Amino acid sequence: MTTIVIAILALLALAAGFGALLGFASEKFKVEGDPIVDQIDALLPQTQCGQCGHPGCRPYAEAIAAGEEHNRCPPGGEQTVVDLSELLGREVLPLDAEEDADVGIKKVAYIREDECIGCTKCIQACPVDAILGAAKQMHTVIADECTGCDLCVEPCPVDCIDMLEVKPTLGTWIWDKPPGIGKKPDNLIPVVNVDPVEA
Amino acid sequence: MNARIPATTVPVGQYQNPRPIHDFRGGIHPPQNKDQSTGRPIRRAPLPEQLVLPLNMHLGAPAKALVSAGDRVLKGQKIAEGNGAVSLPIHAPTSGTVMAVGERPIQHPSGLHAPCIVIAPDGEETWTELHPLTHWRECAPSMLVARIREAGIAGMGGAGFPAAVKLNLRDGQQIEELVINAVECEPYITADDMLMRERAEQIIAGIEKLQFLLQPKATLVGIEDNKPEAIKAMCAAAEGKSMDILVVPTKYPSGGEKQLIELLTGKEVPSGGIPAQVGVVCHNIGTAVAIHRAIEFGEPLISRITTLTGDAFTEPGNVEVLLGTPVQSLLDYAGATAERIGRLIMGGPMMGFAIHTPSVPIVKTTNCIIAASAAELPAPPPEQPCIRCGSCAEVCPANLLPQQLYWYSKTEDLERAQQYNLMDCIECGACAYVCPSNIPLVQYYRHAKGEVRQQVAEQQKADKARERFEARKARLEKEAAEKEARRKARLEASKQKKSAAPGVDLAALKKASLDASSAYKAAVKALKAAETEGADPDTVAQLRTDADNLKAKADGAKAAVRDAKAGGASVADTGADKVAELKKAVGEASSAYKAAVKDAKAAEEAGAENASELRSHADTLKAKADELKAQLRDAKASAPATAATAPASKPEKSAEQASSEAADRAKKMKALKTAFNMANKQWKEASASLERAERDGADDIDTLKKTVDKLRFKADKAKEALNVLVEEAKKNIEAASGSDLKTLKLEAGRAEAAVRAKEKELEDAKRSGDQENIDVIYRERDALRREATMAASSLQSAIDEQGLKED
Amino acid sequence: MAFITVTSPHTTQTGNHTGAFMRQVLYATVPGLAVLTWLFGFGTLINLLWAIPVALASEALVLKARGRDVRFFLADYSAVVTAVLLALAIPPTAPWWLTLVGVSFSIVVAKQIYGGLGMNPFNPAMVGYVLLLISFPVEMTRWIAPHEAPSLMESVQLFLGSTSADAFTGATPLDTFRTWAGDAEKLASQAILNGKLAGQGWDWVNLAFLVGGLYLVWRKIITWHIPVGVLAGLALTATPFWLYDPVRYGTPVFHLFSGAAMLGAFFIATDPVSAATSRLGRLIYGFLIGVLVWVIRSHGGYPDAMAFAVLLMNLSAPMIDYYTQPRTYGHKAAHRGASR
Repeated sequence: MTTIVIAILALLALAAGFGALLGFASEKFKVEGDPIVDQIDALLPQTQCGQCGHPGCRPYAEAIAAGEEHNRCPPGGEQTVVDLSELLGREVLPLDAEEDADVGIKKVAYIREDECIGCTKCIQACPVDAILGAAKQMHTVIADECTGCDLCVEPCPVDCIDMLEVKPTLGTWIWDKPPGIGKKPDNLIPVVNVDPVEA
Repeated sequence: MNARIPATTVPVGQYQNPRPIHDFRGGIHPPQNKDQSTGRPIRRAPLPEQLVLPLNMHLGAPAKALVSAGDRVLKGQKIAEGNGAVSLPIHAPTSGTVMAVGERPIQHPSGLHAPCIVIAPDGEETWTELHPLTHWRECAPSMLVARIREAGIAGMGGAGFPAAVKLNLRDGQQIEELVINAVECEPYITADDMLMRERAEQIIAGIEKLQFLLQPKATLVGIEDNKPEAIKAMCAAAEGKSMDILVVPTKYPSGGEKQLIELLTGKEVPSGGIPAQVGVVCHNIGTAVAIHRAIEFGEPLISRITTLTGDAFTEPGNVEVLLGTPVQSLLDYAGATAERIGRLIMGGPMMGFAIHTPSVPIVKTTNCIIAASAAELPAPPPEQPCIRCGSCAEVCPANLLPQQLYWYSKTEDLERAQQYNLMDCIECGACAYVCPSNIPLVQYYRHAKGEVRQQVAEQQKADKARERFEARKARLEKEAAEKEARRKARLEASKQKKSAAPGVDLAALKKASLDASSAYKAAVKALKAAETEGADPDTVAQLRTDADNLKAKADGAKAAVRDAKAGGASVADTGADKVAELKKAVGEASSAYKAAVKDAKAAEEAGAENASELRSHADTLKAKADELKAQLRDAKASAPATAATAPASKPEKSAEQASSEAADRAKKMKALKTAFNMANKQWKEASASLERAERDGADDIDTLKKTVDKLRFKADKAKEALNVLVEEAKKNIEAASGSDLKTLKLEAGRAEAAVRAKEKELEDAKRSGDQENIDVIYRERDALRREATMAASSLQSAIDEQGLKED
Repeated sequence: MAFITVTSPHTTQTGNHTGAFMRQVLYATVPGLAVLTWLFGFGTLINLLWAIPVALASEALVLKARGRDVRFFLADYSAVVTAVLLALAIPPTAPWWLTLVGVSFSIVVAKQIYGGLGMNPFNPAMVGYVLLLISFPVEMTRWIAPHEAPSLMESVQLFLGSTSADAFTGATPLDTFRTWAGDAEKLASQAILNGKLAGQGWDWVNLAFLVGGLYLVWRKIITWHIPVGVLAGLALTATPFWLYDPVRYGTPVFHLFSGAAMLGAFFIATDPVSAATSRLGRLIYGFLIGVLVWVIRSHGGYPDAMAFAVLLMNLSAPMIDYYTQPRTYGHKAAHRGASR
């Protein structure tokens, strides 16, 4: 009988001791991480396009932190889904985008300035203030600031905004990845022919 | 520290280095293939039909063109200026005419085009005025550095870094060693070899100028031991000068800047740093010659020595070639025909790049053109699996783990690749050279490096976008808060007014009504939730009665508000209020109808039983909404009529009424315009899709056609309505001012013409000097001017009032 | 005009490809194979000729099942090398099915299931060997006494399993030493322990593999690090124990020239796929294999230990690599483990 009591007491003492130690350690060595919303926000592509159904990336980050599915960001593509899954410890979900949506192709808005009537609707729609102009004045897109979210295309009453694909320049061109095992790596360099412009 | 051993007496095999050299790790010994191009002396390449000068021939920002098509330029004239600190000017290599400034294929592995200046030579080779500095030792170093910069001298070894940047020392910086790179370790290339054999004196003269500028404690010239004749020539030229000629064993890539520095001085350049941090500056011998010529003769950099080699050339060798000469011209000159060429390389076989077209020009960094036959440099065999043999790590001069970098680059694990120092890779190609599995390792690294750079750029862009988005959000919130504050202030003011007047407290009643209706809504919601959740019937019934009670209460409150309004407000107010209320009712009714339709549709889709019931309910709602709409129309019609009944007694009010009507019309017109635009746009889209459908032969063409017609009709109707409104507005103006718009315009025009006539008269009078007459005319003119201004302003106001635009 | 457009370098070392590497390994086994045949008859040769088609067939089958280009991957000779190394390790008395099981397991399970050449964490030949050793201990330990080689006909019969091997088998020097360790008299009286260098016959086998191995080092097919590591590990561990008790522990020379020491050091431990990759890492990897071989030989349950030692160190290779990263040019310190 006494042996059992001693054993139980010893176990209890041990449990209490280690519990206290663990509790102390968790307080003492607490890691002050970024709040999860900030971490999620950092992984989102910041196009502020609203394709996830939220008015911007930060609100979507908040929604994800609150439990919403993390596969609703077409501009981020599969990679963002994978990164978010890793961060959140959730399952990797297939990207929730339309079948033929050209995911991953970088675009920039371009206003055909002759046709612009100066209605300012696109200016109000732009989430990053990348369109310049005033009422009844021609508008223009600051290409460097444009995230390619295409939120300005819909409101335009005269349909004068195009989403143009961003073409590689000498500064942004990079080598292709080799085709892999069993394949010859030659003739890889994509020839981008630009018609010579006669000055 | 003279070159102690006279080269003529010591065979190169036993050449004693005047100071010990070190070694660098890794490296390979590829076949040299240098003899092909050392058999002939340096020749002068013929003048091509046109010279193409890319604006970025160097490392750094592209130059800015100073000439345009049609300009005549002289040999050595500056045709483009440097753009920023790390940039260089460009000079015309010969005299001629600028044909174009535009996009041409340039020296880049991508095959992309970039801005170039194209010059058609006139064959006269007329020099621009040159300014030699024969007494350069008396010049300030800063002036000489500026001269070197203005001469457009880029590193001639391959990278093309502006030479002047490396000569700008920080205050108090001491250079221990000046390293002169004469190694030329890449196979095939012999440009530096031939330069040393033929022009050693110029090289030494250039090195002396570098010594003057940098004041190094030691000057070390590194030459690979496979160039015995060059070593002899250099030793002879350097005799008596304070520099050491150091012969290094042949091993690729001993000519890499970092490797050569390690080889000659034993020092390592820190990762991400520059040689000056360890007290070393390194220049190529080609650069030294260019510096010599820029100072001694004032010549800018307009030509260079380039090796033409490879099986496809019948006359391989080195040529002195004007910058901008197209490769095609050199192929023709040295007998390389297109059929024989399998691969055309600019640079050496280890680090050069294959070019897509022979129209690419020779630039400041082009040390070699290899026109290789397909047998000489065959197409690479297919990639095999990595067997982790470690040969790559053995030869890596940067002591990296190429294998790990390969795995991480292949799987795009960029973070790991960077941890394994991907960015320290110098892309020398030694690993890919020895790889038994034929893995294009360098391409993997280049791809991964590009991705890393892209990622950094994207991150920066994303950060900026976030910042802008948040700034915008803050601004919008602030605006909303201000609006809210203004609204509250207005409310407060009107409340005070109301409370001053005796009678029923309309605001309180309104609030009560709102509260009641929101309570009712909440109750309905609770009821619905209970129903969907399948709560027990008792509770549901209870909730329903509650809701009904609340509904009755809300209705009562609404009625009270209506009564209060009717009692307390004037007749006109009632009219306006009624209109507003009716509007609200219409809105509510139509949204109810829409909701009902939606429900019905959903039910139909789901195949629910009560679909037809829902449908009929929707129809009832629709009828109700229509009725309300009709009422609204009537009310609107009656309201102005009321006002119009007493125009004489209240003229001011009527004017107000008129102006508010005009404003209304303007608003309507704007709305109609937008509607027309929208309809037009939709029509355009629909017809485009119809066209597409017709082209593709889709079977729903008829439906599409109908849609198009419908939309066209809609657009036409909007246009019509717009026209009607415009006409109405014009008529109104006529009514208001007693004359139509045309008359107003005419009047304004006439007045202005009169002013102009008077002004002419005034001028005539001034000329004749009739003072009295002048005064009269002055007065007359002023009167006319006033008249014109008034006419113009009345026209303007008429237009503004009616919301018309002058078409 | 269409030029080849490809990234630099535009030239690669001629005659330097995986297939050539593997062929050199095959050539280097010739002296060892010759001595084995001289001492123990044609058994090994027959096994080898049987193992090669088995390996190629298994590889081709799996490649086909995986939808890969069979011809392209067979051309790298890696399956042949696995087959040859396993055949050299199996006793010459082995019947055909033993080789069949071992080789097909090596290729299918130890190599292809992990993703094929370059992806296998363990040396395929040794995985096959260990499978056989554990499953068929009797067949796997029946070696022939030196110079009592069966005739060609008898070897064929052994291969077909139509005759018993008992008539030919004898203890190997390692077995013998194990049995009599600690008994000085018995040890002295065992003829098999008194060869020129070490155990009779086996010293010749090991010398022959040493010659082949040196050929590989000379042809730069392998670097010296792993073999030197293995032999040093073995000798340096054996020496102090032998000095302490020469009756219980064998001499370093005995260890170096017995069993599979040289075959393991030059041909098996050096399999690049499953070994450590950095120079220092390879030295450590080899050294620890040597130590393990001595430990298992002297204290383990099996007379020889190369297969176990190599497999155990295969497990540790990634960790060794991780902690032996070289210092990159221009960096102050090596990147040792401190990721993230």
